[in-house]
Order: sequence, then C-alpha cells, then structure tokens
Amino acid sequence: MNSKFAKKYRYLAYLLIAPSIIIVTTFLIYPSLQSLYLSFFRSTPFGNRQIYVGLENFQRLLTSSAYWNSLVRSLVFTAITVFISIASALILAVVTNKNIRGAKIYKSLLIWPFAFSFAFAGIIWGVLMHPNVGIMAYYIKLLTTLNFDWISNGTAAFILIIIASSWRMLGYNFIFFIAALQNVSPELLEAADIDGASPFTKFWRITFPLISPITFFLLIMNTLQVFFLTFGVVDVLTQGGPARATDIVTYKLFRDAFLSMRTGYASAQSIILFIFVAIITIIQFKYAGEKVFYQ
Amino acid sequence: MKRKKTTTIFIHLFLIVSVFLVSFPIIYAFMVSTLNINQVYSSPPKLQLGDNLINNYREAWERSNMGKLLFNSSFISIVTAVGKIILSVSAAFAFVYFGDFPGKNLLFIMILITHMLPLPIRIVPTYQLMDNLGWLDTYYALTIPFFASATGVLLFKQFYMTVPESLLEASLIDGITPLRFLLSILIPLSKSNIVALFTIEFIWVWNQYLWPLVTTNSARVRVVQIGLKMLIPSDAQPEWNVIMAALIIGVIPPLLVYLTLQKSLVEGFAMQQDK
Repeated sequence: MNSKFAKKYRYLAYLLIAPSIIIVTTFLIYPSLQSLYLSFFRSTPFGNRQIYVGLENFQRLLTSSAYWNSLVRSLVFTAITVFISIASALILAVVTNKNIRGAKIYKSLLIWPFAFSFAFAGIIWGVLMHPNVGIMAYYIKLLTTLNFDWISNGTAAFILIIIASSWRMLGYNFIFFIAALQNVSPELLEAADIDGASPFTKFWRITFPLISPITFFLLIMNTLQVFFLTFGVVDVLTQGGPARATDIVTYKLFRDAFLSMRTGYASAQSIILFIFVAIITIIQFKYAGEKVFYQ
Repeated sequence: MKRKKTTTIFIHLFLIVSVFLVSFPIIYAFMVSTLNINQVYSSPPKLQLGDNLINNYREAWERSNMGKLLFNSSFISIVTAVGKIILSVSAAFAFVYFGDFPGKNLLFIMILITHMLPLPIRIVPTYQLMDNLGWLDTYYALTIPFFASATGVLLFKQFYMTVPESLLEASLIDGITPLRFLLSILIPLSKSNIVALFTIEFIWVWNQYLWPLVTTNSARVRVVQIGLKMLIPSDAQPEWNVIMAALIIGVIPPLLVYLTLQKSLVEGFAMQQDK
C-alpha cells in the first residue's frame, strides 16, 4: 500500500490504536509480568503477607510428583485430542467436499457441536457414558463386557474428557477445512482424474499439500485451545479425579490459586504454562513464519 | 460407471453414520430432557422420548433463574463481540492506511502478543486487579478485559490490504477525511468479515467458563455456563432430565447466532483463505 493519508492525520493513527493498546497493557501484559513477580513469593497462611522465596516455588513444583502427573496427563490428553479431532475433521471435510447430493445438509449437521461449550460437551458426554444412567455406557458393557465407569475409574475418566473435547473441537476444525478446500481448484483435480490418478494419490499429491498451511495453523490453535479450555469439562465432571487422573494443569492451577489461596505457587504454574505457550509459538514461527498465521 | 455409483452410495453411508455419531449426543440430550426422573434412573437405560418435557423445561427455567442467566450471557457476549470489532477495525485501519509512523511495529507486536497470554497465565494478578478496581461480580470484569483482539486486528488488516488501492486514491482526490473513508467505504466493504468475527466472538464469550467462575458470585451477573454447573448437586443424585432441559435452553442462543450467520462465517473464512 503506497498511497496513504497525509502526515497531518498521524495523530489519528495513534488515537485509533490506543484503545487496543490500553486494554492489552492493562489486562494482559501487566498482569502477566505480575505473575512472574508473584511466582517468587509465598503467601502466609492467612494470605495477608508475601514472603520473598526466590525460586522455591519452581523448585517445589518441579520436584512434585503431583505436578508432573498434571503436566504429563495434560500433554498426553492434548496430543490425543488434537490428533483425533483434526484427523476426523479432515476426513469428513474431504468427503463432504465431493460433488454429492445433500452435501450442504451434511456440512451443517457436522458443524453444530461448535456451538456447545466445553462444559456443556462435558455434561452431555458425562451422562451418555454415565455408569448408572448412560445409554452408551450400557451398550458398551453389553457388547464388550467392559465396565466404563468414569466416576470411579481414572482411565475411563481420562478417556471421557478426550472424547468430549474431541467432539467439541471437531466442528471448529471442520469449518476451517471446508473453507480451505473451497480454494483447491477443481480443474487441478479433474486434470489428475484424466491422468488416471486414484483418489488417494489425488489427496496426498494435490489436496493435502494445498491445505497443509491450514492444517498446521489448526494444529497450533487446537493445541492451545484444548490445553487451556478443557478446564470446563473437568470442572463439571470430575474435578480432577478420580485419583487425580484428570487433574490437568489448568485445573490444578485453579485449585491452588482459588481454593488453597497459594498465589505464589499458582503464579509459578502460570509461568510454566507460559513457557509451554512460548514453545508452541516458536514452533509456529520457525516452521511457518507469519505465512500460516495470516493465511 | 457402475463403480462410481457404488462409491457414491458408500460415501453417503459413511456420511450418514458420521452425522449420526456427531449429532447423537445432542439428540440424546434432548431425549433425556423429556423424561421423568424414574425414566432417567430406570435400569437398563432406554432410548426413549418421555412426556415430561414441559415440566422439565419449566423446572429448569425456574430453578436456575434462566431468564436472568440468558440475559447476562447475551449482554456480555454482544458487548464483548461489538467492543472487539470496534477496537480491531480501528486498529487495523490505522496499521494499513497511515504509512510508517514511529512505533508502528512495536504497537503491532504488542497486540499480537495477546495470542501468547491466555487467561491461565495471568489469572491470579488479573483477578487481583479486578478486586482492586472493584470490578468483581460486575459486568465490567466480564467484558472490558476482553475488548482487544489479535485475531480481529489480523483479520481486518489482512482484508484492508486487499482492498484496491485505486479506491483510496480516488477518495483522496475527492479530499475525503480518514474517518469518512473508514465509515462510509471500508466498513460497508468488510461486512462479511465483521459478521464472521461477531459470530466467533459471540460464541466464544457465551462459552467462557473459567473467568466467570472466578470473578462472579451473585445471581445478578451469573452466566448460563455457571448457572448450569450449579444445577448439578455434588451430594445428591442429579436430576439429569432438568439439567439437560437447561442445557438445551442454554445452547439455543449461540446455535441461533451460528445458524443465521453460518453463510457469512464460511464466506468470511474463505475470503481470509484467498489471500
């Protein structure tokens, strides 16, 4: 863009950006720096005084088996959920993108979980799989003799939050893939048809390379969303249990910050989460630069 | 030709099964919301429609104070979405149409950085800040801190950069002022982007959970997500039929927003993709 408004309007540019900057500084950047500051302190039992403890909070976190449990479970949970929801959304988007009757109806019916919150998704799946009232738990037991009791079995609870979160993310990913596939030129695929390419060759050689930027973008966005938003599922269903099987990092942070009032300890956890986000961001810029981001 | 027909049938079959799997939880939630409590807890569980629909919805509405919940959630979702749109349209406009002014890159990076600072990273100090400002348990805490949007600024910046330059040139010859240009030319052009952002943000705010959980306490500002959680007792057998009725009511607004705006949403994304 070469032509622009005259220099005498420059003040206006600052004025227009100012509201965003004020919000960002006051409610995002400043509190984040304060998280860092607080992570070096410990609050006294009644919370009335802060004592400087250096890196003690971090030391205690990194030597705590409960925290490692949280961290590892969150990472495993996120990886599985992101994989399931992206892979299934991609397959469904490619199939519905074919020239078939009723494609529109199929599309609408695949997107709607997007309107549900993680908490709502958790409640619905929790009841569906409920050991006493859930129809799905009942049929699973009938068909496989497996007792899917997420109320007392940690593994079952862990699987349940994966299913609920994947279901919720599916619609979100599906929207993006549908939009991306609209830009894959049909002529290119027809040309491949004439050359006698199989559907799989067409997908891997033409479609997939063309939509790989959006796939990468979704990988990043999903990882962050699932990592941070599954809090809702856990809070309505399991509260971290049974036996800490679903005690994901955000839930542990919430408990330490707002139930045990250990603000310093909780802030140190915030900083560790920031490191996670920073790593994801570096990966994003390293492998895609700004390209994917803006795509 | 025959092979093609078989493939088509197979595709439809696959899609019908997939749609069923994706939609079944929602259909099931609705079915549970029609049962009476004995049917909910009958063993074995049956897939059935009951005749207790009206009672359950009335009970859910009264017990959760649903009118107030819906109002609060709608209010904060609309205010936040509109706030985000106004702030990101203005910032994006400034970044694209005013050339290189001092500090431009720094300011842009400051806005982008919000992507790196999700709530859990700053939740304790932000909560304390709300406390100091006297914003706990008010609409302020639920809206104003969310007015800035990196996604929004990127979306509009991206779009403005594709608007033909001749448009600005012609307007400059006519001696147009920046605000006139923004209001009467750019904004009408970005309608589908605005709609897309509104939809996404409305649903996003409606479904927010952690922040209202820690900053609100009274029924005055309670939102749907929290009201629903409060229907689930920790020490008694939950009345899942009533809870599901409340859940169905609570998902209707975001679903309606989504359905009415679906077309422009997909278009908005597709346009973003083009560039």
